[in-house]
Amino acid sequence: MTFSPELEAKFADLVTHYPEGRQRAALIPMLMFGQEEVGSITPEFMEEVAKRLGLNTMQVDEVVGYYSMLHKKGMGKYHVQVCTNVACMLRGGAELYDHACHKLGLGHKEVSADGVISLEEVECMGACSWAPAIQVNYDFHHEVTTEQLDTILEGLKK
Amino acid sequence: MALVNVTINGVQVQAENGALLIEVAKQNGIEIPAFCYYEGMSLQAACRMCLVEVEKAPKLMAGCTLPVAEGMVVRTESEPVVKARKTTLEFLLSNHPLDCPVCDKGGECELQDMTFKYGVGESRFTEIKQHVPEKQWSPVVFYDAPRCILCYRCVRVCNEGMGVGALGVSYRGVNAEIIPSNGDHLECDECGSCIDICPVGSLTSGIYRYKTRPWEMEHVGTVCTHCSNGCKTTLGVRNNEIVRGNNRDKSGINGEFLCVKGRYAFDFTQHPERLQTPLIRNAAGELEEASWSRALKLVAEKFKALAGPDFGVIGSTRTTNEENYLLQKFARTALGTASIDHHRTGDVVTLIDSLSGKTGQLATAEDLYTSKAVLVVASDLSQQQPLLANKIRANVRHHKAAVYTVTPGPVREDKIARKAIRIAEADSLAGVEQLREALSKEAELVIIYGDAIQGEKVRQLVAFGESLGIPVKYVALVDYANSRGALDMGLLPDLGPGYHATAPGRSLQQMLDDPKLAALWVVGSNPLKGGKSLASTNAFVVVQDLFLTETAQRADVVLPAASAYEKNGTVTNVCGQVQRLKKGIETVGSKADLAIIGLLARGMGVNLGKVDADAIFAEIAASVPGYNQLPMPVILTGGAVQTHPVNGGVPPSSVPGIIASARDTLFTTGSLTRYSKILNEVLEKPGALYS
Amino acid sequence: MKLFNEPSPLETKIISFRFGLENSASIDTYLAHDGYKALRKALEISPDDIINELKASNLRGRGGAGFPTGMKWSFVPRASEKPKYIVVNADESEPGTCKDRLLIQHDPHQLIEGCLIGALAVGAKKGWIYIRGEYNYLIHIMDKAIAEAYKNGYLGKNICGTDFEFDLYTHTGAGAYECGEESALLESLEGKRGVPRIRPPFPAISGAFQSPTLLNNVETFSSVPAILRMGGQAYADLGVPRSGGTRLVCMSGHVNKPGVYEVPLGFPLMKFVNEIGGGVWKGRALKAIIPGGSSSPLLKAEECDIPMDYDSIAKAGSMLGSGGLMVMDETTDMVKVALRIMRFYQHESCGWCIPCREGTTWLKKMLQRVSDGHGQTRDIDLIGDLAQNMMGRTFCPLGDAAAMPTIAIVKKYRNEFEEYVARNPFASPELVSIA
Ligand SMILES: Cc1cc2nc3c(=O)[nH]c(=O)nc-3n(C[C@H](O)[C@H](O)[C@H](O)COP(=O)(O)O)c2cc1C
Ligand code: SF4
Ligand code: SF4
Ligand code: SF4
Ligand code: SF4
Ligand code: FES
Ligand code: FES
Repeated sequence: MTFSPELEAKFADLVTHYPEGRQRAALIPMLMFGQEEVGSITPEFMEEVAKRLGLNTMQVDEVVGYYSMLHKKGMGKYHVQVCTNVACMLRGGAELYDHACHKLGLGHKEVSADGVISLEEVECMGACSWAPAIQVNYDFHHEVTTEQLDTILEGLKK
Repeated sequence: MALVNVTINGVQVQAENGALLIEVAKQNGIEIPAFCYYEGMSLQAACRMCLVEVEKAPKLMAGCTLPVAEGMVVRTESEPVVKARKTTLEFLLSNHPLDCPVCDKGGECELQDMTFKYGVGESRFTEIKQHVPEKQWSPVVFYDAPRCILCYRCVRVCNEGMGVGALGVSYRGVNAEIIPSNGDHLECDECGSCIDICPVGSLTSGIYRYKTRPWEMEHVGTVCTHCSNGCKTTLGVRNNEIVRGNNRDKSGINGEFLCVKGRYAFDFTQHPERLQTPLIRNAAGELEEASWSRALKLVAEKFKALAGPDFGVIGSTRTTNEENYLLQKFARTALGTASIDHHRTGDVVTLIDSLSGKTGQLATAEDLYTSKAVLVVASDLSQQQPLLANKIRANVRHHKAAVYTVTPGPVREDKIARKAIRIAEADSLAGVEQLREALSKEAELVIIYGDAIQGEKVRQLVAFGESLGIPVKYVALVDYANSRGALDMGLLPDLGPGYHATAPGRSLQQMLDDPKLAALWVVGSNPLKGGKSLASTNAFVVVQDLFLTETAQRADVVLPAASAYEKNGTVTNVCGQVQRLKKGIETVGSKADLAIIGLLARGMGVNLGKVDADAIFAEIAASVPGYNQLPMPVILTGGAVQTHPVNGGVPPSSVPGIIASARDTLFTTGSLTRYSKILNEVLEKPGALYS
Repeated sequence: MKLFNEPSPLETKIISFRFGLENSASIDTYLAHDGYKALRKALEISPDDIINELKASNLRGRGGAGFPTGMKWSFVPRASEKPKYIVVNADESEPGTCKDRLLIQHDPHQLIEGCLIGALAVGAKKGWIYIRGEYNYLIHIMDKAIAEAYKNGYLGKNICGTDFEFDLYTHTGAGAYECGEESALLESLEGKRGVPRIRPPFPAISGAFQSPTLLNNVETFSSVPAILRMGGQAYADLGVPRSGGTRLVCMSGHVNKPGVYEVPLGFPLMKFVNEIGGGVWKGRALKAIIPGGSSSPLLKAEECDIPMDYDSIAKAGSMLGSGGLMVMDETTDMVKVALRIMRFYQHESCGWCIPCREGTTWLKKMLQRVSDGHGQTRDIDLIGDLAQNMMGRTFCPLGDAAAMPTIAIVKKYRNEFEEYVARNPFASPELVSIA
């Protein structure tokens, strides 16, 4: 499996961050950063990372299954995450999520047919004081109203 | 270590400072219930069944991870403790499919037992349970996630116990489940330890599944017939069929360990090709079914006529000591021949000679668990000597033993080795020499060597060991369940029982190669395997076996024999430890080799005395050096006793025999492999054993 | 970076005073505003002096548990054959909490300086900032700041021209609340599943890579430079006895001016809501407050007239926790709140131990059913009872964190659950005995 030179450089740098012999520590960062490029945590990707860190694939599989941001199934090009946890819920997060479902015709962790947009109902993402909040990929949007959500979603489709 | 005073349920007891409370309680007859705690394995503190009340602690403490300290006051049955236990069980059962009536584990399930003992009667859970379909991971391993209580015993036994590490945990929360090594399937040793150790019916065995309920079986403790390690196994027998092999009572030298062969490969006993009636070669040259009386009469007549120095006898590495002893006695006396041999797989003889005059230098299986250091020379232990490998792993885990390997290719022991030397088998001793400095710093050592070390090399290896200046013990590796017993009982062309010199005869190879051979009697062996032929085309050949092997196909008379699971007697393992075989099932049509020998003797008018296993063993004990003074009660109750070393030297051999291990793997076991359906299934999907 | 909410004149800005400055994240801005002064001071005094300043400051951990920081620092063994490490907990996932994010976004060098002082105090040469995966953009900000610090001689070898050396890295999480629990975080840092470790040993003795480790929250480390600059006692005096200094409180929910504000410990809770937060929104009445993240039991309006410090809030039956303060107005549906909280913990339970794994699942299912209008009276008791049965029995505090708010809500708002049940046409009145 090959990666872009930038990602290769990142991987090469990552393993130097941890004590000698403890390079397994680079596993989660490698999966997270690699996922951005590969699109999802594919079996080949897991095998490749395992090989580089001297692990077996099962050990990688154990880790991948644990973390909610590591997706074996590819998400959309734009992954829309709506928080419905308490602080957001108090300010309309649940309604915002329902709105997104209807608007996109998608449910939790579903991907649009063209692969452009996916939706996920997520737990608190650290924007409680500016609720309700959403994240599109890694970009935060604060105090999102349904109208604003529509605009954001329209923007993604283009 | 310092002793401390601990009060458990009002009783003051003494315990080693820092010992785990759960163990201290057990030593004092108090049971603290546990799912995830498992003696000898790493701690988890996951199930929370073991919570106890500790004075001054703000909340209940997990007894499985709590080190005792001076003055600790503990209550294991107080009201809060009992309530906590009940509720933990209630939580556990909330998501547990209540399919006990169809579960393999029903009747011996720890969750059932625990619920019976500590649980509440009714269920307050009325929600919908999580359902996940059952998965098959290998021919022998099935996993039912909803039944899994996530105690992680399977993960640990595979990783820590087996050194395989084929099981993991994935997902999280209520979706957490056990996963196999290769995505949707297992590539592993297929030992079934994980199934055995599972407290519930989550992991089930492909062989045993839905076959029976535990209480419908009879349990017979005997010894595995496959390799030389001699694991004790408890056969589960139902309707004269073996349906299960395990060692849950942890008795014997192997504790609860069994490898794939011991646990599953008993199915050869039921193989459709199993011989059930004698065969006689007819005028047309074909083997034809015959009655026992006709066959025995024919053989007895022929034996009488052909007795003499040109009679060849090849014994077995799987038959009992009693059978081997009687066979050589019969051959040497009644048949008047010295041409007796068997398939030799390791040079025990030279080792015994090299150690003559010394005592206590032959290691037992237990020594591999306790010795501070172990050197493995020219053997892939995990493949060929599974129990010994397991002992060493446990030794490393529990006592941090130092392991050294000198092998031609990578072996699993490398992973736990202080030093692993890669060197051609022929140069093994040079490899050993490289370790001199490290080894001489150890407090003690056990040296284990494979068949590449024979003759002069054994003497050199012993000389090396003796020059280290530390106590050293040795194991000469051999292949099969009674390989060692065959040697001890004198199935050798120039050595009688107890390695006493006798008049020399032909070795196995010489028998095969001698065109003048008049008769060949093969008991439980397949010397013509692999397309070999007999030089003597006229020889009258009698074969006793379970199956129509290559050798049996050449026979004039084939007598169907009983397997080790179908008879009584004793066998001696690779470390010279004698153990008792107990008949698990009755044979249909075949007879035990001991009985066949007795009947042939009677047919020839030879008086061999009383021919039953106990009587012959008494004779062995009275006459065979090494087997005298064995404490019988230990053997009779299923224990293992090491034979005494023969002191005084073994006469140099005038008939060199070929010593060659069959190099079986975990999944092969000489000819028996072919007749075990389960081993074949496993072999069709061979695992990547070195990850 | 622009501020997400207007600051309040009632704040006491000790660790947030650079927020809103132009290029506040850059080292130039930092240096122009007292930056790395505390480090220079720390380099001149002994490790014991540093720890004594911290002890005097009464700084308590800002991650949730509120453990006295000076004491924690003193637990790291002086002599150790193994290397020692610094780990910063920037996993910030406790619902209601969004302050560490600002500390990194607006003032990453303050955190670096805090780490450096920690490293000096315990003798560490390497450290990691474990940042939750969702805060990807903060990794870029932090990495940039770290690079600047290296360039300016504040990281690497010969820091400030002395023989002090320290390397600092960011490390991303991947979506798991449980990885905020310190021992699970360390497992995660080592590339494993975020399952907590058996303790003892605590991280100070055996932490990252089984070496002695000083592990603190972002805000805790970020408070250290100010403490050294102003002196421990002066910092302590800002707060109340046993709760020194200031902290960032994240106000969310039904208030007019939600936001993150820095106030001294002991600041009156109602004054915080009414004067800094501009009061409950839409002119409605206050119903309840969750004072310290969703793990902390909520306080009814009438219980809220208390100062915000560890001891006072504990006395009221709750916790100051992570500083995530959620305000609920009179229209709030408490069954829905209980359900949403339980859904969170059920989703985040690592699954290691039975009471938490099965308890949160069972409770979620029941709360969902009640909230869907299919509840029975006996369910209400059972919810409280099951939560009680989780308390104190789980392997890590997540189980308690799930149980505590549930117990409080059922106890304080039982009537709302009863109303739900009353609306169920199939509700049966009988009660089943409870073990
Ligand atoms: C379930 C759980 C989640 C936690 N999450 C966080 C967190 O996100 N951030 C944090 O700083 N501490 C968190 N903690 C507290 C940490 O375990 C630890 O006490 C803290 O990081 C220590 O730093 P402090 O002393 O500076 O507060 C969590 C604890 C638990 C039990
Ligand atoms: S059968 Fe044996 S080797 Fe295979 S997974 Fe189970 S314990 Fe491991
Ligand atoms: S499969 Fe059995 S042994 Fe393994 S974790 Fe589940 S219950 Fe325990
Ligand atoms: S190790 Fe040998 S004796 Fe033990 S179970 Fe396996 S084959 Fe049988
Ligand atoms: S309480 Fe148990 S299951 Fe829950 S997060 Fe902690 S260790 Fe995991
Ligand atoms: S509750 Fe939505 S961001 Fe915290
Ligand atoms: S036995 Fe102690 S927690 Fe499982």
